[in-house]
Amino acid sequence: MTTVTLFGLCGAALVGLGLYVLLTHPQLLRKLIGFNLLGSGIFLIFGVIARRGAWSTVGGDPVPQALAITGIVVAFAATALVVALLLRLFDETGTATLDTASPRRSPPGDKGS
Amino acid sequence: MVTPPHGAWLVFAAAWPLLVMLLVIVMGRHHAARLALLSMPVGLAVAILIAAAVLPAGTPLVYHVGGWLPPLGIGLQADGISALMLLTTAGVICGAGLYARADFASLPGAPETRRSLVFWVLLLAVWSAMNLVVLSRDLFNLYVALELLTFAAVPLVCLDGRAETLAAALRYLVFALLGSVLYLLGAVLLYGSYGTLDIALLAARVQPEHATWLAAALMTAGLLAKTALFPLHLWLPPAHAGAPAAASAVLSALVVKGSFVLVIRLWFEVMPGLWSLSATQFLGALGAAAIFYGSIMALRQQRLKLMIAYSTVGQIGYLFLVFPLAFDLASQQLQAGIALTGGMLQLVSHAFAKAGMFLAAGLVAVSLGHDRVADLGGLARRLPISLFAFGLAGVSLVGLPPSGGFAAKWLLLSVALDTGQWWWAVVLVLGGLLTGGYLVLVLVRAMEPPAAPLAEARPVARWREMIALALSLCALLLGLVALGPLELPPMIVTGALPGVAP
Repeated sequence: MTTVTLFGLCGAALVGLGLYVLLTHPQLLRKLIGFNLLGSGIFLIFGVIARRGAWSTVGGDPVPQALAITGIVVAFAATALVVALLLRLFDETGTATLDTASPRRSPPGDKGS
Repeated sequence: MVTPPHGAWLVFAAAWPLLVMLLVIVMGRHHAARLALLSMPVGLAVAILIAAAVLPAGTPLVYHVGGWLPPLGIGLQADGISALMLLTTAGVICGAGLYARADFASLPGAPETRRSLVFWVLLLAVWSAMNLVVLSRDLFNLYVALELLTFAAVPLVCLDGRAETLAAALRYLVFALLGSVLYLLGAVLLYGSYGTLDIALLAARVQPEHATWLAAALMTAGLLAKTALFPLHLWLPPAHAGAPAAASAVLSALVVKGSFVLVIRLWFEVMPGLWSLSATQFLGALGAAAIFYGSIMALRQQRLKLMIAYSTVGQIGYLFLVFPLAFDLASQQLQAGIALTGGMLQLVSHAFAKAGMFLAAGLVAVSLGHDRVADLGGLARRLPISLFAFGLAGVSLVGLPPSGGFAAKWLLLSVALDTGQWWWAVVLVLGGLLTGGYLVLVLVRAMEPPAAPLAEARPVARWREMIALALSLCALLLGLVALGPLELPPMIVTGALPGVAP
């Protein structure tokens, strides 16, 4: 197994783990960690693709590397936005999950609210 | 490199709202609303100029940023879809901005609130991001544009900072982030397989193989989550119903359409020959489910804004009927024909109608102090113009002539019958009936005499009613334009484009 394949499999595993955490956990903080795991897996795959595109004089295809950096910045901004909203939600309701403040508990059609 | 003379306008269309946004942040204070509103005619004019250059000629405008050609550079291109979307975006944003002047302008002497500043910043950010989404030709650039759109749209949901709207915004954000990360994974796989992210170059290189199918599935799933197609619609109703009226109008009319345009680009332009009959029928079935689910849920709502939000879930379903209807059995590929034109008409007419409807609903809530459908009695006497705007928007949503919604549904219906896919025709007709049901429910309630005397009437400015009416009229008149002597140009221009290296 070459190094590139190994890293590719690691990336795939991270994507799978991240997706699982993001979809199954109700706590927003865990969802956020899942999102970041998933993102890290994708950035690793970016690296693998860059390495695969290497030719004699250049160690790697520069385009995926540039894309990965941009992607990291976007993921960081997304994380910051989630944390900011989450802190505000915690201040307002005292919980950090969507279930208590969810409109699903009091269905939209309910009287009053 | 040959770049048509107007190519630089494309950059200006995306950059102008962004520049004004930065200026608003710097100047802040009492100038936010004035600066944003002053910049709007310029943005509208640019959209009209681009559309005037693209639509009659039918040839796209192309611009390569920095003079670098793909695959290294990033191309911007305005084709039929882009031109229509630029016009729609500019129209709806200008309407929503004018309307919001009353809610978010900081009065001289009054303390500046963060809410009023942030609204204008986000509105301009949505505009810039929407323009970038419809103009970009590079899958990664599109990813960044989609994320900008999400980051601008999510805080619009929770401007008032109540716990419910915060939860709605977070739910929206989680869905949107999952969607964009799946899209990014698909884009990475495509780059790994074909070494380019440019749409035209990819279209020439894609092969039907595992990596392509996986990438296409991931990207489509991600984009559907952002477009709120049933069953990924859970985030939409609380988010769109909880936002302030002007923000709801922008979110419902425009933001969900950004990711839909990307689905069109992916399916029709990048890989039109990759899809099978069953894949297109599956997307159509999801659309049909969305129409029925959204319309029935709208019938059951007791709050006006939630009803309109569920109506958006249903109307998004119509957009996805394009895929089965555009599938050509003989050549086994998607063809950008009448079905796509119908879909784009549906998109534009829904955008204007839904914007007008949300703005009218906002005025109802201001005037009555609530938006319970059961207690709307007496509204017809108090806010006749708003109710008229609501009704006109409804005419387009139902698809009655001569509205834009009628033209769109007529085109889709005729394609369904021509291609022998009668089941989609049934869906179209039943969907129209259900839509008519919940709208008539509102109108009947509003015409009833009030149960209790309406004492505490809060006045509503006439000009705000006129803005809602103007947007609804746009949706209505669109039908006259579309069915009139003007022939709609092709939405997508395929083949070699000027300046694109093969």
